[in-house]
Amino acid sequence: MEPLTWTGSLDFLNPIFIALIFICAALVAAYMVASVFAPEAQTTVNPDGTLSVSPSLLTLVTSALKYGFLAIITVLLAYLIGGMFLGLNAGIIGAMSQQFVPVWISLVVLFVLSITYKRRLGLYGKLFDSTVGMIGFALVMFWVFTGLFGAFDMIVTHDALTQVSGMKNKVPGTPMRGADEGDFPYYLLGGDNLARDVFSRMVKGCLIVVLIAPLATLFAFMVGITLGLPAGYYGGRLDTILSFTANLILAFPVILLFYLLVTPEIRATGLPQYMASILFIFPLVFLTVLLNSRFYTQPGFRTPLLIAVLGMGGWIYLSLISEVGSKVHVIPGFADLFDLDGGILTVFVSVVFVNSPTVFRIVRGLTMDIKTRDYVAAAQTRGEGAWYIMLWEILPNARGPLIVDFCLRIGYATILLGTLGFFGLGLEPESPNWGNTINEGRKLLSIYLHPAIVPALSLLSLVLGLNLLADGLREESLKD
Amino acid sequence: MILTALCLTFIVFWLTNLYPNLEKLAKTQGNFRMSDEAVASWLETRGYLQSTPKKYAEWLGVVPSYRATDSEGDVIGRCIQPGIAAEDSPSYCGILQGYWGWSTVFKEPVADIVSLRLGLTGKLMFWVLLVMVPTALLVGILAGMREGSVTDRTLSTFAITTTATPEYVSGVILIAVFSSSAVGLKWFKGSATSAMETVTFENFTLPVITIALYGMGYVARMTRASMAEVMTAQYIRTARLKGVSFRNIVMKHALRNALIAPFTVIMLQFPWLLNGVVIVETLFNYKGFGWVLVQAAGNNDIELLLGVSVVSVIVVLVTQLISDIGYVYLNPRISVS
Repeated sequence: MEPLTWTGSLDFLNPIFIALIFICAALVAAYMVASVFAPEAQTTVNPDGTLSVSPSLLTLVTSALKYGFLAIITVLLAYLIGGMFLGLNAGIIGAMSQQFVPVWISLVVLFVLSITYKRRLGLYGKLFDSTVGMIGFALVMFWVFTGLFGAFDMIVTHDALTQVSGMKNKVPGTPMRGADEGDFPYYLLGGDNLARDVFSRMVKGCLIVVLIAPLATLFAFMVGITLGLPAGYYGGRLDTILSFTANLILAFPVILLFYLLVTPEIRATGLPQYMASILFIFPLVFLTVLLNSRFYTQPGFRTPLLIAVLGMGGWIYLSLISEVGSKVHVIPGFADLFDLDGGILTVFVSVVFVNSPTVFRIVRGLTMDIKTRDYVAAAQTRGEGAWYIMLWEILPNARGPLIVDFCLRIGYATILLGTLGFFGLGLEPESPNWGNTINEGRKLLSIYLHPAIVPALSLLSLVLGLNLLADGLREESLKD
Repeated sequence: MILTALCLTFIVFWLTNLYPNLEKLAKTQGNFRMSDEAVASWLETRGYLQSTPKKYAEWLGVVPSYRATDSEGDVIGRCIQPGIAAEDSPSYCGILQGYWGWSTVFKEPVADIVSLRLGLTGKLMFWVLLVMVPTALLVGILAGMREGSVTDRTLSTFAITTTATPEYVSGVILIAVFSSSAVGLKWFKGSATSAMETVTFENFTLPVITIALYGMGYVARMTRASMAEVMTAQYIRTARLKGVSFRNIVMKHALRNALIAPFTVIMLQFPWLLNGVVIVETLFNYKGFGWVLVQAAGNNDIELLLGVSVVSVIVVLVTQLISDIGYVYLNPRISVS
């Protein structure tokens, strides 16, 4: 079999695409030079009292750019849609596009639904008013869906860990040697230095990232909020102590901290598990206080609710931290809901640990600002409890900056995960997560690009998506 | 600040002196097949099994260091260096006396290694700052000058992209494009090992750009925000109504006020640069401070790791201090009283 080319039968689009990109780049450069030197658009008042702007060079270039970008997007869509139907005939990109069909469908459904009902969806709906936010959201959801479907083996073409002889370091589009009837006949993005399929590893690695990064960020937020609210609200000695601790952790260079926390020797002491037992209790405390302060006046409803939440949460908490045969072994094996691999737990804990002080500082600052408002004073006069004011008066009003920071922080957590993988810390070496793959691929980088470039670009696009999403959200939340 | 430094070094000290680390140290220094009792006695004679605060005080140099007689009857201890008799060596030896310990990986005094490697990293940082700061300010000012224009959007997209690209991603992409034989440009070298002796354009461009890119995006965005805010201020409008040309407004009126915020940001970037340095030095095999950190941590070289942590913690704290002082100095509205 012939090796696949990148675009296959859609080759005729390539010259158009390249030409468009060059034209747009030239236009942008021209605009930048022109905007410094060219005169501004002249506004003249007409005799009938209307204003008219004489068309200047700049406005012309701007509109040309708009059409240029639209054309580029059209060609890109043509590659993807053509690939969806032509499959292998449309080369590597086409074949990948066909593999991603479930993702495309989910994305289209999600966007159509969201845009139709955007006026009823609050801040999430407003996101669809901003182009930047939509692009970011699309990028993020693309990887989320890829991770989810990849978990059910829907997108992958081969097993992420199987090594196929003769496929070592093969370039993208190489036909698979000795492929059976049911096998996918190509290595779409080539093979890595252990002859595994780069494309499938990228898809599988995605799940680890889109699972751990948001969860770790969520936990960091719980910790930061639970400590930051009282620190900002009460102030005084509590604030001093907590701020000092936060600054202490922040002054640590992150990599040093990772090297100190994530080594196998430290794991043997059970230190990460002890830290997990402390850090993971904060979400429980947060939920309990949240519900208790809300339903304090209706004991009949509150007590069963709290028992249910605490019971479930406590069980999950205990199964998270306890592991048979390690230092923290609280509950017997049969009651253990799931066994987290020690490596993942350590990575998780260190990412939470590094992120929570920053969240703490943000929440503390916001709380100190908001507690001077009138509605807080009103609640105090009503005789509401301190925790009710913090969680149900202050926190909802601090949500805007917190949501924006949440998106940015997921991106940061993704970068941290990659850093850990890059130094070979934490997860086991054959794990397909992007950081590890980049680390392995970089050793042969000057000869074989694809094993390192593919996960690098994936990570870049995910983090970029999160940053754009945060930008869009910030823009939209500032508009009210 | 001193309290913070003490706390931080104590935490590092405690983490590096946990028993599994010591056990590994004993095995690498002594014999890999040591029994548990042998490990314990090896550690005992060298004073590793004292309580952590006492060991920490010894390491700091406020308590006389531990001494013991080993099986051959010689007096051994932390202060007694090879070739010097026990009676002649000082009884206090710690950071305060200028003794940083002995690296087990490099077989050299820690102070020498740290100062040598710090010099190499200093060279790298100098070039990084030289590239990063002017570019970031220029990009930020150009973007913030006219909010919402095509220039602004292009440059902002560029800035966001660079902040979303961690060093290990941009480094890999840059190496792939500019130095691999697969693409074939081969403009620069993918390794900066030779840059330790002589810096050339060819061997130092990629590492410098890799670090500079990540920090640059953030500084540029801050500059843009600050510039955009200044451009909407009253006095700019006044100047505009007076008929001052746009170029003069930007150069004479807006620029100075817009540069206060980025200064703090640049200073606070130092801890992040430190992070980037570790990644880039590993990626490009430039044997500087970050490389030493990785070596020390990877090979369980306790005293070297402690030395490295002390230096990095001090760097972080000092830059925080400078940024506070500089902010007060630059901004006339804030005064210390």
